[in-house]
Amino acid sequence: MKKHDIVVIGGGPAGMAAAVAAYDAGCTDVVILDREPQLGGILLQCIHNGFGLHKLGQELTGPEYAAVYAHKVAQRNIPVYTETTVTGVSQDRVVTAQNRDGILKLQAKAVILAMGCRERSRGALNICGSRPAGVYSAGTAQKLVNCMGYQVGKRVVILGSGDIGLIMARRMSLEGAKVEAVCEVMPYSGGLTRNIVQCLEDFNIPLYLSTTVVQIHGDRRLEGVTVAQVDEHRQPIGKTKRFIPCDTLLLSVGLIPENELTRTAGIPIDPITNGARVDENCQTQIPGIFACGNVLQVHDLVDYVSEEAECAGLGAVKFVKGQAACKVAIATRPGNGVRYVLPQTIHTRATDVSLFLRVTQPFGKVKFTVTDGETVLATAKRLKAAPGEMEKLTIKKEQLQTAKGPITVSLEEVE
Amino acid sequence: MKRELTCIICPRGCALTAEVEDKQVRVSGNACPRGEEYAVSECLHPVRTVTATLRVANRCDTMVSVKTERPVSKDKMPEVMQQLRNTQVNAPLFVGDVVLQEICGSRIIVTKTVL
Amino acid sequence: MIYDVAIVGAGVIGGMLARELSRYDLKICLLEKENDVAMGASKANSGIIHGGYDPVPGTRKAKLNTEGVELLFAVAQALSVPCKRNGSMVCAFSKEEESVLEALHQQGKENNIPGLAVLSGDDARKLEPNLSQAVTKVLHVPNAGIISPYELTVAAVGNAMDNGVVLKRNFPVSAICRKDAAFAVTATSGETVRAKYLVNCAGGYADKVAQLAGDDFFTIIPRAGEYMLLDKAEGRRVGHTLFQCPTEEGKGILVSPTVHGNLLVGPTATKTETPDSKDTTREGLAQVEQLAAKSVPSVNFRQVITSFTGIRASEKSGDFILKASEKVPGLVHAAAIDSPGLTCCVSIARYLTALLGEQGLSLEAKESWNGTREDPCAFQKLTDEEKDAYIKRNPAYGKIVCRCETVSEGEILQAIRTNPGARDIDSVKRRTRSGMGRCQGGFCGPYVMALISRELGIPMEQVTKNGGKSYMLQGRVGEV
Repeated sequence: MKKHDIVVIGGGPAGMAAAVAAYDAGCTDVVILDREPQLGGILLQCIHNGFGLHKLGQELTGPEYAAVYAHKVAQRNIPVYTETTVTGVSQDRVVTAQNRDGILKLQAKAVILAMGCRERSRGALNICGSRPAGVYSAGTAQKLVNCMGYQVGKRVVILGSGDIGLIMARRMSLEGAKVEAVCEVMPYSGGLTRNIVQCLEDFNIPLYLSTTVVQIHGDRRLEGVTVAQVDEHRQPIGKTKRFIPCDTLLLSVGLIPENELTRTAGIPIDPITNGARVDENCQTQIPGIFACGNVLQVHDLVDYVSEEAECAGLGAVKFVKGQAACKVAIATRPGNGVRYVLPQTIHTRATDVSLFLRVTQPFGKVKFTVTDGETVLATAKRLKAAPGEMEKLTIKKEQLQTAKGPITVSLEEVE
Repeated sequence: MKRELTCIICPRGCALTAEVEDKQVRVSGNACPRGEEYAVSECLHPVRTVTATLRVANRCDTMVSVKTERPVSKDKMPEVMQQLRNTQVNAPLFVGDVVLQEICGSRIIVTKTVL
Repeated sequence: MIYDVAIVGAGVIGGMLARELSRYDLKICLLEKENDVAMGASKANSGIIHGGYDPVPGTRKAKLNTEGVELLFAVAQALSVPCKRNGSMVCAFSKEEESVLEALHQQGKENNIPGLAVLSGDDARKLEPNLSQAVTKVLHVPNAGIISPYELTVAAVGNAMDNGVVLKRNFPVSAICRKDAAFAVTATSGETVRAKYLVNCAGGYADKVAQLAGDDFFTIIPRAGEYMLLDKAEGRRVGHTLFQCPTEEGKGILVSPTVHGNLLVGPTATKTETPDSKDTTREGLAQVEQLAAKSVPSVNFRQVITSFTGIRASEKSGDFILKASEKVPGLVHAAAIDSPGLTCCVSIARYLTALLGEQGLSLEAKESWNGTREDPCAFQKLTDEEKDAYIKRNPAYGKIVCRCETVSEGEILQAIRTNPGARDIDSVKRRTRSGMGRCQGGFCGPYVMALISRELGIPMEQVTKNGGKSYMLQGRVGEV
């Protein structure tokens, strides 16, 4: 069995940034395993621009953003096993993988999970009707169009106003398809405003809020969908049903962290984030196993994925060097208006700690308050908060000194 | 002419109202000067970066992604796509390579390396 | 050329009959209207090997069921088809239902079903901790089991083909005429197959095929059953197959593990217009959810990964139609094979073989017959060391294509190359489970398309989901 200080599972933006950060922090025995032939993960199919504004100070396309990090990996000669799929991770950090050369077993001092996420499928939505060809998740269509060069359809309805769906609405329009409608079951869009403007409005594509697809029609290939408005309980309103002819239905209805390896390894998962429960170093509840990027929580911007991955990389180095102190354990929890808070546990009083969270619904001007019992640890105001956007708050280490937990983050709307 | 716009400069997404008269734009609803700038640009000469893919002629089933190096006039997007459809490229291609010198005022550059 | 036997319909009955007949020195042709086998009821049913307490004692159905259970387990083993004797329970929720259980118990004893016992609710919950507290008694049926019905059909047809049977797909029968002591069976394409004997195993279309052949004494009543399949995370919710008390419409909603470790709930039972109406409905799925929760309240329906509708082909008599035509010599019907048809598929195949013998078909065993089939999942069962050695000889097995179900390129190629070779996305899925997992083909779909395209030598745009015009793609980028 080969031995390495750090084994990174996944060579997308999270895995690459984690490996580079670990290397630069002095842990040079780090390897990356990835199932694709090339580093970059899903970024390689995201050919649109808008990546890197926060982290790199320039607006790049997905492949360009990936290339920046792939270059850093190459510069450091970090070994990469491509077309290698990890099939198991054990609590004592043995990573089992396979590729065309055989079965690979690696004993790591620390493991960084960076497997990304997958899309919710039609089955999970339980849309009724037939089961024809032409129903795709938006990301699958993106792969077929952008990487393989095939049209998935000519007349399209998109369910869900997540960013990938919006981006594909524009992409397919540019390639000559007619996008008939984007339907969103919620009364607000889950996508970035910028994408609503540039992907829908630019192409006169209607966005129907509080509307969903209730039935799929077609024997072999999709022939159309029935859409209907929904009431406040998200139940379809019968009299609003109407048929839209189309040959393609794209689903952009949410992303789910891909934690099968994590679950199999017996690592505790947070039922809200669907990712591992972690501390401020992105360490899971199994010592020496870290998680970052979309496998930990679904991010809105790749820039934040890279940042979180650097945190995991540094955490792993501390662990390998025996510097990871676990003397304290302060729990965090979501309060009013907050869906989740990450990390779920804080293991330090020695540094400032960043909290990442998502709100439950769209708000106007809000004030976030971080409390420990009666004590206010931090506050922050935002002009607006939306479930689609991640919020970050920082607790100063001074404030952590006497904190007992649970630390609660809540919000209130303000004038 | 009056136009309702959503500012896309920052996540706040201000609802802007722009009144256009004789190439003069009066903007309201913006929280900062960048919003005004956006609305003026969006009303007088909206621009967009176009991204697309090209088939790599000497590689089987391989696409290379490209973009306009600078944003082009929004109404030129179909023209950019049309010209790209007639463009053949051959590997190797590297990020930053120029595949076309000029379409609608921009160069077309490669965004993904294909060896 | 003239075949000795043509079988219409490559479902589990047609497939198993083809395999049974392939023991003998006969020229056999299996005709299927779809692009793959098991495309009707054999694809979408509960996958249960029924213990045999249900049929009325003394009937042929009872006899075929009692024999069929052990015959099926044996054939499944020979064909390396995943099956498991997990036992079943029929649940009673009231005094009235308890008396139904007693009647079933009595019936089962008369049908010679081994090991039957009525247990108290509490004793049942010791075996099935997630069983509802509202269950007062159960009938425990230890000999019952579960099986993958479409893999069984694929294996049966594959084994038949290995033994010389010819499979013709995309062969929807449009005309049958009998001339010079042989049938001429014509497809919509115009292609004609000639055979001395004709067996009608056409499932939902058996009455139509009978009519084409000049016989019309029965009418198929298609009944739709909706199911939901849940993630493996829910697969251990129950160990046994849990039934509710049977009603006029069928055996009621069941909650069962599948051989692959998922949880299956369903089916409803609604009359439908045609055997092709395979829509799921909002009402149907809601009913499945509600009734399944009655047996097992803790089922987490957020883990549903897909839902589907299966069509059962019934007839008003309620019995299987297994008989030679009284009008047309050489024509044999195997129709209205509803539950427990899957359980009885081997016993039915044997029954039909004997029937054909009585009609004059010569049954001479051939020495070369091999009734076993290589396990398509053999690779997955190896240890890591064995896998390593295997991959070194066959590198394609090292490349994982479907991450949810851990299916390699080698296994997909094997599915395309082994009888009856997969020719579309769904066929690959049924043979390998690629695309069957939680992402439902989101990641592996494009890769599987490329493999099918390459192996069959067809352009990507010709790759279909399930044959016909179910094209996955609509041209190439840059071509408007």
